[in-house]
Amino acid sequence: MESVLESYPVLSFAVYFSFFCLTVSLFAGLYRLLMGPSLPDRIVVMDLVASLVIGLIATYIMLTGKTVYLNVAVVIALLVFMGTIAFAKYLYKQSKSQKV
Amino acid sequence: MLEWITAIFLILGSLFMLVAAIGVVKLPDVYMRMHAITKAASLGAILMLAAVFIWHPQWIVGIEALMVVLFVIFTAPIGTHMLARVSHHMKVPTGEGYVLDEMAEEDNDSRGEKYFAPDA
Repeated sequence: MESVLESYPVLSFAVYFSFFCLTVSLFAGLYRLLMGPSLPDRIVVMDLVASLVIGLIATYIMLTGKTVYLNVAVVIALLVFMGTIAFAKYLYKQSKSQKV
Repeated sequence: MLEWITAIFLILGSLFMLVAAIGVVKLPDVYMRMHAITKAASLGAILMLAAVFIWHPQWIVGIEALMVVLFVIFTAPIGTHMLARVSHHMKVPTGEGYVLDEMAEEDNDSRGEKYFAPDA
């Protein structure tokens, strides 16, 4: 990763600090993904990871200066909503068929 | 000056995301975890995109960042609401200290059908 921030030490520190925070957050989400007692817990983690990836893309744009990667953030913000809705719908159908 | 503002926005956004992740790990049941992610993580993403727009003040960056912000603001409550309703319907156990369940008798009738198309 070539950086364009060599003449900006404060912003460079902020970028690496936010990379650190987001990585720790991803591992926290992984813990809940493995340990989550129910399936909605894991879907909640999917939502969290989507927000974290949007943050990682923003930080990567700050680091490299390539603003085309914002398109990736747009696509992720759209697709994860579809994923959550689909999971909710099929979980509803599954729990309804189990109850009857 | 601009460098400092951008750095503050980035650090605040990543700290909000860290708070959301800590909430997902530490809070006791699925409803409180939804409460953690749907506000803190959305605000973190919005702050970090604002930092990108402050550092790259171009039209295309502003429009795309605004699109992402609008998607996140509109879709995070909707998805979390549907997921909470499904969790209640699946009878996912709650933690201790809950005093009121206003949806307790709703599972017995078919009012949930209007949120999930019954014939699909």
